Amino acid sequence: MAQKELLKVNNLKQYFPIKGGFLGRTVNHVKAVDDVTFNIYEGETVSVVGESGCGKSTTGRAILRLDDPTDGTIEFNGEDLLSLNKKEMRKRRKDIQVIFQDPYASLNPRQTVFQILAEAMEIQDVVPKDKRRERAIELLETVGLNAEQVDRFPHEFSGGQRQRIGIARALAVEPKLIICDEAVSALDVSVQAQVLNLLKKLQREFNLTFLFIAHDLGVVRHISDRVIVMYLGKVVEIADKKSLFDNPQHPYTKALLSAIPTPDPEAKKERIVLQGDVPSPINPPTGCRFHTRCPFATEMCKTDTPELRNLDNMAEGHQASCHHIEKIFSGDLVSKY
Amino acid sequence: MSEEIILDVKDLRTSFFVDDFEVKAVDGVSFKLPKGKTIGIVGESGSGKSITALSILRLLEKPGKIVGGEINFKGNDLTKASEQEIRSIRGNEISMIFQEPMTSLNPVYTVGQQIRETLKVHQGLGKEQGMEKGVELLKLVGIPSPQERIKQYPHELSGGMRQRVMIAMALACNPELLIADEPTTALDVTIQAQILELINELQEELGMSVIMITHDMGVVAETCDYVAVMYGGKVVEYADVKTIFKDPKHPYTVGLLNSIPRHDIDVDELEPIRGSVPSPKNMPNGCRFAPRCPFATDLCMEELPDLGDVSDENLVRCWIYSERWDGDPEVKEHGPKRTT
Repeated sequence: MAQKELLKVNNLKQYFPIKGGFLGRTVNHVKAVDDVTFNIYEGETVSVVGESGCGKSTTGRAILRLDDPTDGTIEFNGEDLLSLNKKEMRKRRKDIQVIFQDPYASLNPRQTVFQILAEAMEIQDVVPKDKRRERAIELLETVGLNAEQVDRFPHEFSGGQRQRIGIARALAVEPKLIICDEAVSALDVSVQAQVLNLLKKLQREFNLTFLFIAHDLGVVRHISDRVIVMYLGKVVEIADKKSLFDNPQHPYTKALLSAIPTPDPEAKKERIVLQGDVPSPINPPTGCRFHTRCPFATEMCKTDTPELRNLDNMAEGHQASCHHIEKIFSGDLVSKY
Repeated sequence: MSEEIILDVKDLRTSFFVDDFEVKAVDGVSFKLPKGKTIGIVGESGSGKSITALSILRLLEKPGKIVGGEINFKGNDLTKASEQEIRSIRGNEISMIFQEPMTSLNPVYTVGQQIRETLKVHQGLGKEQGMEKGVELLKLVGIPSPQERIKQYPHELSGGMRQRVMIAMALACNPELLIADEPTTALDVTIQAQILELINELQEELGMSVIMITHDMGVVAETCDYVAVMYGGKVVEYADVKTIFKDPKHPYTVGLLNSIPRHDIDVDELEPIRGSVPSPKNMPNGCRFAPRCPFATDLCMEELPDLGDVSDENLVRCWIYSERWDGDPEVKEHGPKRTT
């Protein structure tokens, strides 16, 4: 089946200047996202995972043009988003919506649910004024809330319900792509499961495409079709869900997967505990950015930047950026700790 | 059990008094902790797990108050201890680490000054001895170049490093009991793995007992020996860690396990628990979980069950296992089903 490419991100770079010194000149840059390329097909869920500071949220914000990227292109439905002016971009956001992590902070406490939903419809002018109430009620029911709750304020809802309101607001303008930035991270597990099931149901119903930004790999395994692993502003591995979890190739992905506590006390597993912290993105390590913590790093890793590669032992579309995939796979290179 | 029990909490009740209204945050919690072991207290927000921890150390602030029960620590009832006695126990014999290391460290003092303060208050060490011991402690918790780090301020350290400093301070006086309240929740997974490994190692080395308060069943599985599952201010199930995961009996425990998206296996559809946690101002009269429980009967709605033996391994607070329960016979025989 030939799938339609909905979003294409090419060589995206997002550098934030650091001002300082006597004249407030730009003294350095935080390289939050550094040369990231990926695509998303219509109707699929692609997750971006990584630890704090890896650039996953910045990538999401750049696609929405909440920050203006330093370099690169972002094509949505064949159109370059970065060439649009503010007004045109605002129109385009009808198709690209976002759900944020904190449902407490992303809803206006002074607006009722109806006002919140109607505002979204008004800005994008998707529903005529006299039909908005009807549509708001319909949306609430779609996300599992009651029609009577339409005139209530956000504080009258629990965290999970507020996140449902956030989802309803995103759906109000009938988007094609929804960026979920840690959308379920703040919720308790029993409620998180409800919201995850809701997102899956909505995707089937409305043929939505999700870009799911998350740090919880359990959630990612549950919801994604494909997964992108980021480390310090770079993509280190990209694969379909099954390949990534069953046959990870990059040493960072392996360490990340092995670090998650498994909810089964009898599960036997070998844990790779990485030494040290994530380096600062201001002066990221040269060569492979992971070499300072990598148990397999060699001299070459300190100087040469690895490219994403697909090899024989990997499924189609599975790519990892490591110089030593072959040697680690064959066992010629062994972990230093 | 022939093991020595270091902490025996009996029917602990802690309430908050707001506007003439009593909010029962902890409502009859009992558990025993054998020496050298780790007990996990798990539950979702509002279950009362953190208040239980604060009650043990008597760190509650007004309007919170312990209104009943006993906290027996090595034979002493901490609920009856004087303020002076409890101060000598805090830090010396029982220490605590919190979730957010940035808010528990003072930003205007260096790491060294803060560790030294602990050592001065509790062990009367002077400046030089304090510094020496401080460097030793930072080395113990795996901080590289401790001589330099000890002169730094908290903002100069990463989240994982700060949590290591907190652990170093908590360990300063070789406590017998360490209470860890969500110690890794704010950290990235690779750092979480480091900290959990550190706590496990130190526990073995120093023979500490640990109370691990968490919402993450994965953390429980990897660190605990015993588990108390809390819901609505009550312990709803207590068992050893293998039993909790292999043969859970309470519908809430089962529901919690069924809701977890697993990173190690594929699950087609998660089975969430319907509804949300009840407000502590508005607790159901019967079983606290009844309004969300798929098996609840009239009995469950009206009367509160006791925490009782269901098997040799589990203590469960649920009507399903009593003779009076008249719900689904299938559930009665086999208990609630695990789907993952």
